[in-house]
Amino acid sequence: MFIINCPYCGGRDQSEFSAGGEAHIERPKQPTELSDDQWAEFLFMRKNVKGVQFERWNHAHGCRKWFNVVRDTTNDKIHAVYKMGEKPPIE
Amino acid sequence: MPNYRIKKTDHIDQTHRISFKFDEKTYFGFKGDTLASALLANGIHLVGRSFKYHRPRGIMTCGSEEPNAICQINGNTDLTEPNVRATEIELYEGLEASSQNCWPNVNFDIGGINNFISAFIPAGFYYKTFMWPKSFWKNIYEPLIRLSAGLGKSPTHPDPDIYDHKYVHCDVLVIGGGISGIIAAKIAAKNNLDTILIDDKNTLGGSTIFQNNESFKINDENSKDWLLNEIKELKKLKNLNIKTRTSVAAYHSYNYLLAKENLTDHLTKIKRLGIRQRLWKIRANKVIIATGAIERPLVFNNNDRPGIILANSVNKYLNFYGVTCGKNNFIFTNNDSAYETALSLFEKGISTKIIDIRKKTNSKIVKQAEKLGINIYWNSTVTNTFGYRKINSIEIMSLSDDGSNVIGEKTKVSCDCLAISGGWTPMVHMHTQSGGKLNFRETDQVFLPEETNSDHISVGSSNGDFELDEIIKNTNEKIKGLFNLEETEFEKTNVNCSKELDKKNIWLLPNKITLGKTKSFVDFQNDSTAKDIKLALREGFRSIEHVKRYTTTGMATDQGKLSNMHALGIIAETAGAKMGTLGTTTFRPPFTPLTFGAIVGRNVGDFFDITRRTPIHDWHLKNKAEFENVGQWKRAWYYPKDKENMHQAVQRESKAARDSAGILDASTLGKIDIQGSDASEFLNRVYTNAWSKLAIGKCRYGLMLNEDGMVYDDGVTTRLGENHFLMTTTTGGAANVLSKLEDYLQTEWPELDVFLTSVTDHYSTASICGPNSRKILIKLFPEINFNDDTFPHMSFKNSTLDDVNCRIMRISFTGELSYEINIEAKYGKSLWEKCIEAGKEFNITPYGTETMHLLRAEKGFIIVGQDTDGTMTPIDLQMDWIVSKKKYDFIGKRSLYRSDTIREDRKQLVGLLTEDPKEVLEEGAQIVSNLNNKPPEMLGHVTSSYFSPNLKKSIALAVLKNGKKMKGKKLIIPMENKNINVTVSDFIFLDKENKRLNA
Repeated sequence: MFIINCPYCGGRDQSEFSAGGEAHIERPKQPTELSDDQWAEFLFMRKNVKGVQFERWNHAHGCRKWFNVVRDTTNDKIHAVYKMGEKPPIE
Repeated sequence: MPNYRIKKTDHIDQTHRISFKFDEKTYFGFKGDTLASALLANGIHLVGRSFKYHRPRGIMTCGSEEPNAICQINGNTDLTEPNVRATEIELYEGLEASSQNCWPNVNFDIGGINNFISAFIPAGFYYKTFMWPKSFWKNIYEPLIRLSAGLGKSPTHPDPDIYDHKYVHCDVLVIGGGISGIIAAKIAAKNNLDTILIDDKNTLGGSTIFQNNESFKINDENSKDWLLNEIKELKKLKNLNIKTRTSVAAYHSYNYLLAKENLTDHLTKIKRLGIRQRLWKIRANKVIIATGAIERPLVFNNNDRPGIILANSVNKYLNFYGVTCGKNNFIFTNNDSAYETALSLFEKGISTKIIDIRKKTNSKIVKQAEKLGINIYWNSTVTNTFGYRKINSIEIMSLSDDGSNVIGEKTKVSCDCLAISGGWTPMVHMHTQSGGKLNFRETDQVFLPEETNSDHISVGSSNGDFELDEIIKNTNEKIKGLFNLEETEFEKTNVNCSKELDKKNIWLLPNKITLGKTKSFVDFQNDSTAKDIKLALREGFRSIEHVKRYTTTGMATDQGKLSNMHALGIIAETAGAKMGTLGTTTFRPPFTPLTFGAIVGRNVGDFFDITRRTPIHDWHLKNKAEFENVGQWKRAWYYPKDKENMHQAVQRESKAARDSAGILDASTLGKIDIQGSDASEFLNRVYTNAWSKLAIGKCRYGLMLNEDGMVYDDGVTTRLGENHFLMTTTTGGAANVLSKLEDYLQTEWPELDVFLTSVTDHYSTASICGPNSRKILIKLFPEINFNDDTFPHMSFKNSTLDDVNCRIMRISFTGELSYEINIEAKYGKSLWEKCIEAGKEFNITPYGTETMHLLRAEKGFIIVGQDTDGTMTPIDLQMDWIVSKKKYDFIGKRSLYRSDTIREDRKQLVGLLTEDPKEVLEEGAQIVSNLNNKPPEMLGHVTSSYFSPNLKKSIALAVLKNGKKMKGKKLIIPMENKNINVTVSDFIFLDKENKRLNA
């Protein structure tokens, strides 16, 4: 049960949020021009990192805003939180 | 009866006598006793039978690590509780406890025969034996295993007690109220930090509180007296909250901890008012772990008899409860701490001798014992014990030089209590639960917390400090470091104590008898022996996690608090590995078992889950509706009249809706208000069909896909204004659809000017259908022209009903002429009643969800989630007509021509008609074409099935492999008792031309 620092509301209990999977996977602008393999890459393939992972979270039971979180999946330590569209503050 | 109560102590109030029952016999104890201390005072050691061999077992410890003395309390009442540790039950007037796992009674137990056939039930016995024949599993093996599984009996009645949850935030949480916890809490609270101190006992003080030896002085006082004074001072501190009878169950990340507080278990039943247990949900800035250490037993032949007790526990029973465990005691030890027990016994004039596996040592306390003339057998071990219901003698032999064998003659001596001590294991549970790692210290073979996290520290013996002076000094230093303090009041605390000089440990003590013929218990509760562990190693198990599961060591209700280290030690010795490299098994929460009551708290009965009711709910109740759960909603299912069953009611309702008029409460449908200049573009992207050209005042059905091309949701959306739409979703999908749409808006298309608002609860909806529905609407809204040309199908109008705004949509989910009236939720019931009143002359019939499902199935309309399951594309559903070919993109479009989604032999939606029109198929039934193949190929399954009163025959929807090309094919639905013949048909069974819609 970690605490997530929502960029709009501040620190809140994890139970207020829902996870949205890997971040920075942009929906292709021209899907029709992609091969099956290229589309499958976008649709299905995820890194599933053990360690520092960039992921999407939604303050579902709060402001309903989506944002990005840099979390270490081995110990749940959150290194950074930043808004959608912003560059990750760490590499 | 012999009396083992020896003298008054501070803790026991001998003026307050308490009667209690154990195994139906009445005994007496005193206020302050635990069930265990009261039993021992009455000379009762045998309290239970072991799990596998049914060996007699006695009280072995004085705390939460107790493996043997687990009881059933309040048997045969609704308050009954199994597997409670006698060492933790505080005595109260009227307590009734009984032993477990024995029949007919604990003194004579039929299951004891297992002890004699133990050679035939080694580790992995179940895995090896109950393998074949296959047919034996269901009727012989499983009932047999179930019969012998488990210890106590679970309650058969609902729990009458109240449980509670409470959140608390603090600066500092100190776990453990022993000497180091007390020092930590005092420093924290005195430095203006909001502090909570938790201890599972009813008094603070840990094991120093019963330390009674002149070799342990703090500031020239006896350690106990110094600590008592500290506790007195502690209780005066304002920002310190002391919680006794509270045990931390779990330590989660970000310093989130769960602690269970016992509020009434120690009280006489008539005084138990209010909440029984409270689960504290604690969020602490800093956590100080001061959970202490658990004394280790020693592993030797027959080390499990009643009367064999951990040495420090014997000391606590003596000094704290005023009870001696025996009158002729032997102390068997590998370390100095047990000498305190020997000296305490000696001081009270009770016969005591010591067996020490070490060759000789000259520490202060050992010299003290020698000076008093206590007989010490150096370099010796116990090789066997005797006595059935209680130990009566032991066999002693000398150890060889390297300690690997025994030499010389056996000495057999009588005794009635053997106090054992194999050293100490720091309780690192909390540290590891929080994610902390462990390091191994070779000198005394302990795992210690590796401190890398700034959120918590371990102090005292849980950090591996076992000497009194080090405990105080190191605790003080660590707390100073944690809070960045210059100095504290404990800076100059002067400690004078005996220090251990020599250490020796043998995990499995040697014996003349071969190991196979001994019973050297490692896990007392699960009856695993050293032999079992070695067998597992011989059979090829290497990982500690595998050995644990194979032998069940550490898997009992005590979770191996006493056994895990020995198992590890024996594995290391046998495999020739270093203990530190083997790692440990995982320490999982809860630390001690939690009641289900504490876990669920108030979330029981009506509070188990949220129930959503429509504004019309009371009317449904009054009209005797049966309800169906749809997500959290209660929806009217059908309205039985007189003595109708569900089938009869649904047939009547369905017929009435098509013959005259029916009315449905559609308030639960998800409603999303969509506004913004890009609203129509947004709909274009989320639905498969085109939305830009939808005129204001018109409605359109939309199908929403996932990005993988599979149908996700459907519903009708109405254009209320140029930039204003009202979307409806399925009842169950509402929340998910909203969150999915928000996701796309915020992350993929932030450039779109669109705002979404959930208005599901804001409007109530009455849906009126049937050939007479228009007449009813005309009565309700006389100012509206309901003609087809002014108010055609799939359009909407605003109106008022008694000055309240309404939205009227002409849309249909039944295939009949149909209108939906939306009104502000608080007028929902009034609208409904007006509809019923206006419809009376047309025999308007309220119908529920079951009839709705039947009516739409007649028309071949799908229900997302019933006829689809996340693997159906619109093409599979034969809904190609709704997939725009012109639109460049929409969610899921690209996936509709992946190699897998364009396969022709996918499962597709079809209709099924039974050979016998009266035969109604079961939903979920499998469809096959040929029964000769075993197993037959499953071609698909039935998704919806009803008897249609309007068509007077059974109809079904199904998904079928290559279904589009199967029309007219005869197939078989094999059921348990018969095979049903069906023909594949069109899935629209009624009014394919939509004449009724526009009637």
